[in-house]
Amino acid sequence: MSARRVLITGLSSYWGGRLAQALEQDPAVEAIVGVSPADPTCELTRTEYVRVGTQHALLKRIVQAARIDTVIDTRLIVDSGASSARTAHENNVIGTMNILAACGGPDSPVRKVVFKSSAHFYGCERDDPAYFTETMRRPHPPRTPIEQDIVEAERAVAAFGGRNPGVTVTVLRFVNGLGPDLATSHSALLSLPAVPAILGFDPRYQFIAEDDISGVLEHATRHDLPGVYNAAGDGVLALSEVVSLLGKPAAPVLPPWGTGLSASVLRRLGVKLPPEMLQQLRYGRAVDNRKLKAAGYAFRATSRETVQAFAEHLRVRSLGPAVGEGYQYEREVEEFLRYSPAVRGDDRLGLGRMTADQLAELARALNALPGRALPGPDPERARR
Amino acid sequence: MKPQLSPAPRDEDLRAYLPAIEPERTISDWGRSERLEGLLDATVVSFLYHYWFRCEVEGIEHVPSTGGALLVANHAGALPPDASMITKAIAEEHPRPRKLHLTVEHFFKGYPFFSMFVAKIGGVPAHPANVHRLLADEDQLVLVFPEGAKASAKLYKDRYRLRRFGRGGFVEAAMRAGVPIVPIAVVGAEEAMPTFAHVGLLKRLTGLIYFPITPLFPHLGLLGAAYLPAKFKLRFLPPVPTHRMGAEPWDDKGLVQAVADDIRVRIQDELVDMVGRRRSVWLG
Repeated sequence: MSARRVLITGLSSYWGGRLAQALEQDPAVEAIVGVSPADPTCELTRTEYVRVGTQHALLKRIVQAARIDTVIDTRLIVDSGASSARTAHENNVIGTMNILAACGGPDSPVRKVVFKSSAHFYGCERDDPAYFTETMRRPHPPRTPIEQDIVEAERAVAAFGGRNPGVTVTVLRFVNGLGPDLATSHSALLSLPAVPAILGFDPRYQFIAEDDISGVLEHATRHDLPGVYNAAGDGVLALSEVVSLLGKPAAPVLPPWGTGLSASVLRRLGVKLPPEMLQQLRYGRAVDNRKLKAAGYAFRATSRETVQAFAEHLRVRSLGPAVGEGYQYEREVEEFLRYSPAVRGDDRLGLGRMTADQLAELARALNALPGRALPGPDPERARR
Repeated sequence: MKPQLSPAPRDEDLRAYLPAIEPERTISDWGRSERLEGLLDATVVSFLYHYWFRCEVEGIEHVPSTGGALLVANHAGALPPDASMITKAIAEEHPRPRKLHLTVEHFFKGYPFFSMFVAKIGGVPAHPANVHRLLADEDQLVLVFPEGAKASAKLYKDRYRLRRFGRGGFVEAAMRAGVPIVPIAVVGAEEAMPTFAHVGLLKRLTGLIYFPITPLFPHLGLLGAAYLPAKFKLRFLPPVPTHRMGAEPWDDKGLVQAVADDIRVRIQDELVDMVGRRRSVWLG
């Protein structure tokens, strides 16, 4: 079933916004509602934004009122450098619970839940397999708070799937995303003049391009992909390869023993080194992306191409700030543009997005109004 | 906790979705570095193969030219040279030279510098899922030493006596992938770097898997990594097919053990024969 009435949680996150932009292009998607506690960060034309956190009573009302059939949860925090451990836990574990509570129940219109997770689910350990497949469990219990959160959130999603057999539940485990518009601890690390590394280790890394992140989410929205899927660009790079693609020197400043201690010194100096990243810098990780490819998704970039694109971005960025400001959400402006009768455009009411049947129905409804008689549906429009 | 067993073959064939080869790259997805391998080959490995160990190879035709195959060999020496000699033998003597991956202990991935070096010369942690992917999906040659560190740690007085062959995990891996097992008997590695004793205290202090006393180590420092010029003989034995052993033969632990024992006995017999014919350790 392709999604028609969509709720995106975490609209203010990069991937949430990009997904909404992609879905706006599709006339088959009737309604897009985005919720998040913070304003959207990218320009949206017909997505309805509701500022709400993860209070499940409020979410449930939105889901019921808008007859949402597909919920895409892009809100998971997978980078402990992005927020405090407490906020992350609140968002990842409690938030997921609330959102699932809002989607569940016998009277719920929701038919599909897409959950954006992370390859941190698998952790990074010495005795890991070279490629994690979706059926593998992590060999050791989680080491860092963020991994613990992700494991707990996924457990809640799995339990939800068990309780609601009529709902298609997709879990997407993304590897590290990389791209010009994406700010993560890893992009900060790779932007440094020399890339810190652990002495004596050359971990294997996979990346997914930012276009592919929204692409995979979109693919899962349009098609039914029940189960868990790894999402990673093709190819696995050694960190030394990544660094040379960026044209930078590697700086093995972290000693193999006492890494945590020296990392805390670097953190004082302003280098973002979250604990889960230290694990990755030591052991590396790769996942098997073939299940997602078999499910019909064609990745636009390999890991290598992703790093190359990022390298180009870094070189251009060093020229100085770009012309023009970034997007700033202003509620009044957005509401004016969407709802004011004063706004003139080719197709302000969005009639062009309607099917012939819908237009005919609209015309019938208008004709039924007392004292009004309109000609039949405009043949010009209906053909479009 | 034990690592999980390799996934059983999936219904849909995922081999078609393996990543394409990126010709500009010099490092493989497994972390193997063409450059470092080429450099080592040009400097050390060729010299050792041709002039130091003067390797003699028999039965190279038993290594298949296409498809996956699991090579199983005896293991010896404190810093075992047998893996690189087997690799070099296939590169030199085989009509269709193929690279091979070597399974190594998980220990190497966790130990600084080893973790870089071992992966770059084709070492892959001995996880069942890794072996399965290489054999079944990527049609590669994989070399395993089922005795593991028990063999490289054994003392000179125990030379050419095979240790226990693990729990038969290698047979299981070959059965799951449906590839043949090629046993290899190697003579010479025992004398190239024999271990006379172990120092338990230094092993614990360094965190290594063992800390050996060899003819040159540790009293000569880095020179201790040099090998004695023993004569090497490698004998590739006829392959043991595993694909016609019934449905899901890996579930039959008795059969797995029987096949593992059979391979162990074949290598042991071959070693006894080769050592019996050898007139000199150094000249062969």
